[in-house]
Amino acid sequence: MLTLNLNGVVREVDADPDMPLLWVIRDRLDMTGTKYGCGIAQCGACTVHMDGQPVRSCQTRIGDVGEARITTIEGVEGKVADAVKAAWRGLDVVQCGYCQSGQIMSAIGLLSDNPKPTDADIDGAMDGNVCRCGTYQRIRAAIHEAARSLA
Amino acid sequence: MLKLDLTTAPAPSRRAFLTGAAAGAVLLAFRLDLKGARAAEGSDALAKMPAQPNAFVRIAADDTVTVMIKHLDMGQGNTTGLATILADELDADWGQMRVAFAPADAKLYANLLMGPVQGTGGSTAIANSWFQLRKAGAAARAMLVAAAAEKWDVPAGEISVAKGVVRHASGKQARFGELAEAAAAKPVPQEPRLKTPAEWTLIGQRVPRIDSAAKTDGSAIYSLDIRRPGQVTALVAHPPRFGAGVKSVDSAVARTMPGVIDIVTIPTGVAVIARDTWTAMKAREALAITWDDSAAETRSSDVILAAYRETAKTPGFVASQAGDAEAGIKGAAKVLEAEFSFPYLAHAAMEPLNATIERAADGSFDVYAGCQLQTVEQAVVAATLGVTTDKVRLHTQWAGGSFGRRATPGADYFAEAAAIVKAWNGKAPVHLVWTREDDMAGGYYRPQVFHTVTAGLDAKGQITGWRHAMVGKSIMIGSPFEAMLVKNGIDSTTVEGASDTPYALPAYRFEVHNAREGVPVLWWRSVGHTHTAHVMEVFIDELAHAAGSDPVAYRLSLLTRAPRLSGVLRLAADKAGWSAKPSEKGRGLGVAVHESFGSYVAMVADVTAGESGVKVNRIVAAVDVGVAVNPDVVRAQVEGAVGFALSSVLRNRITLKDGVVQEKNFDSYQPTRISEMPQVEVHIVPSDVAPTGIGEPGVPVLAPAIANAVFAATGQRLRSLPLDLSSLRGA
Repeated sequence: MLTLNLNGVVREVDADPDMPLLWVIRDRLDMTGTKYGCGIAQCGACTVHMDGQPVRSCQTRIGDVGEARITTIEGVEGKVADAVKAAWRGLDVVQCGYCQSGQIMSAIGLLSDNPKPTDADIDGAMDGNVCRCGTYQRIRAAIHEAARSLA
Repeated sequence: MLKLDLTTAPAPSRRAFLTGAAAGAVLLAFRLDLKGARAAEGSDALAKMPAQPNAFVRIAADDTVTVMIKHLDMGQGNTTGLATILADELDADWGQMRVAFAPADAKLYANLLMGPVQGTGGSTAIANSWFQLRKAGAAARAMLVAAAAEKWDVPAGEISVAKGVVRHASGKQARFGELAEAAAAKPVPQEPRLKTPAEWTLIGQRVPRIDSAAKTDGSAIYSLDIRRPGQVTALVAHPPRFGAGVKSVDSAVARTMPGVIDIVTIPTGVAVIARDTWTAMKAREALAITWDDSAAETRSSDVILAAYRETAKTPGFVASQAGDAEAGIKGAAKVLEAEFSFPYLAHAAMEPLNATIERAADGSFDVYAGCQLQTVEQAVVAATLGVTTDKVRLHTQWAGGSFGRRATPGADYFAEAAAIVKAWNGKAPVHLVWTREDDMAGGYYRPQVFHTVTAGLDAKGQITGWRHAMVGKSIMIGSPFEAMLVKNGIDSTTVEGASDTPYALPAYRFEVHNAREGVPVLWWRSVGHTHTAHVMEVFIDELAHAAGSDPVAYRLSLLTRAPRLSGVLRLAADKAGWSAKPSEKGRGLGVAVHESFGSYVAMVADVTAGESGVKVNRIVAAVDVGVAVNPDVVRAQVEGAVGFALSSVLRNRITLKDGVVQEKNFDSYQPTRISEMPQVEVHIVPSDVAPTGIGEPGVPVLAPAIANAVFAATGQRLRSLPLDLSSLRGA
């Protein structure tokens, strides 16, 4: 039996240590806000925070998580998270929305480290998050908007 | 009038089975009446439909108004647009509006532009619902007013409604929820008065998307998020070659793995049933399967393309012709010839294909999926499970994209899920999951296509004749829709956008060849226009340059009878500063204009091109969709079309080596990324014409606008897609 600190709650999980965190979250704990997109860290749909830093949960073995704090879209909170979500809603960023949990988790990670990102900073932090609907123009605008609202 | 005509064929052919289309058991009377969407008579027929508030509006005691959505929302935002149309006539407050996906019911929820079929495609959601939802909203409003008039004992004519409140001059007022029960008992007015455009309060305005909040906090439930009690996950090992089958399978090792529940052979492969997705993935890797390739497609995609090139030299089916194209070309002062090839493309929606099917205690079935062609999907699941369609209930979920892939004429992945449920006798709810690799290598691609075109110009640069041949696999031939949509060998989804060109050509001949091959093909966001618009718009550009004319002026001279196309072309050119083109070396503007699905779009691309490749700096688009129900959603669809299609312009291709798909994930089929996204400006032509759609029409013009801009920047004419950037390096 493994333990997992997920969104501030310590949960017991019966899983092979090799099982990716993504599938533990989605299939064992039935928290479905974190998405499966590619399974090879090419799309970022599965992005969660590990001790506050964005990681790809499809490439994170549950056996390697240890006591790290894992945060998903359902549990992420605080001033930066609120500002990012508000900007996403205000600009109607989403289309199909499937990638947006990952986009938002990456954007919160970026703004937590860098409160005033340039376009190049945004490219650097967000290039690993694919949106097939092509909402990138609004993602960029929403990150700038969230930065303004936090300033 | 909307008679559902479903018949079960005696047995699916071996070929249908082998191509994964076991669902060929279902034949449909199907018409795709996209031209009707914009024709006056089509519009009239839609306007004459009776009001059906009971099918589309639910007003609850808590004052929420729920609009039943008969379509799939895969990101286009049609839930917001459809709710807006109804809310406006109802005079509801936007904040009280909710949406719910309608069940499968072709009598109530058919797409009025698809005949008796409930489904989403061809950018028709808003177009076919425009009168239906306005009437439903207006009728519901009249019923609320009638209920209030009775309750207050005042004439209905003295009652007004605004923002969800019903008022009388005396000061009496009521919210919808208070009147809903009494209103429901009132007779349904069949011809309620519809608002004039001047009376609209929501239509034409930006209202917030109805799905933004749930898609921003992780609470939106997609098909892949369905969790039924006792549910198991199934993955299927598909043959590596299209048309192959299972010869033998050794599942001994897989069966010993903890969490593996069962392994069953089904018509499309070998299904692994496990307690979770990861376990199923591991167990599938442990299967040892020998495939039967005797009926498989074993050619490479470049071999298939080379065959197209030869086929193009032979006579094909004539899709359209006028005058004597040969004589026009023979007598020309200048003759231009060009070839264009287009690769197979995967839809690669972010949410891979999946569906859950659960058997209820009474032997009926519940299906949870991103249902895009509900009537077909319901019929296919029923046929596969051996029950009547009334025993199959569909629960449509938010879909993580589709771009056409979820609407398969044979409902392929629904049939596969049902086959597993059948093989397993419905023991538990089965969630069929395709991994990214299954999804990308699973076929149903935008067809590979080859075009060859020859045109003559006279001494003044006027076109004297146009000869054009297209080769590709028809989407419709071999599908249940063949009898309805293929006439005289011509599949309209292959030639649309070319053989019906709006350019005034004095003499032309468009021919088409239907390639026979084992690669399953399908509509991909904008269907035939994905290639026809590119050929027409790049070649017209070549002719303009050969004629020594400005590309915008040259097009306008050929579009004098196409005012809406000319309108968007002028608007885009004006907003992009076309007449003050950048003069720096390696940077240029390119233009394209095209009609698809009754909507008109022009784009001007500003690109930097050279040895380091192609960087798209800016796209200026102009669109005419009739009434823009929600202008912000229209803009979003055009921005998104650019982001979606850009990677197919720059690099995407699905290739086969000896019949085996080589690109299986986002590492080798790289979507557009944020660092590549150009600035996109969208200008909307004001209009009172009934709305058409915008889910697809932004796509066709992107590639030719970019290719024409690359020519302006470098003098190099890159015709085929994806653009051959290596030729720029050689320059």
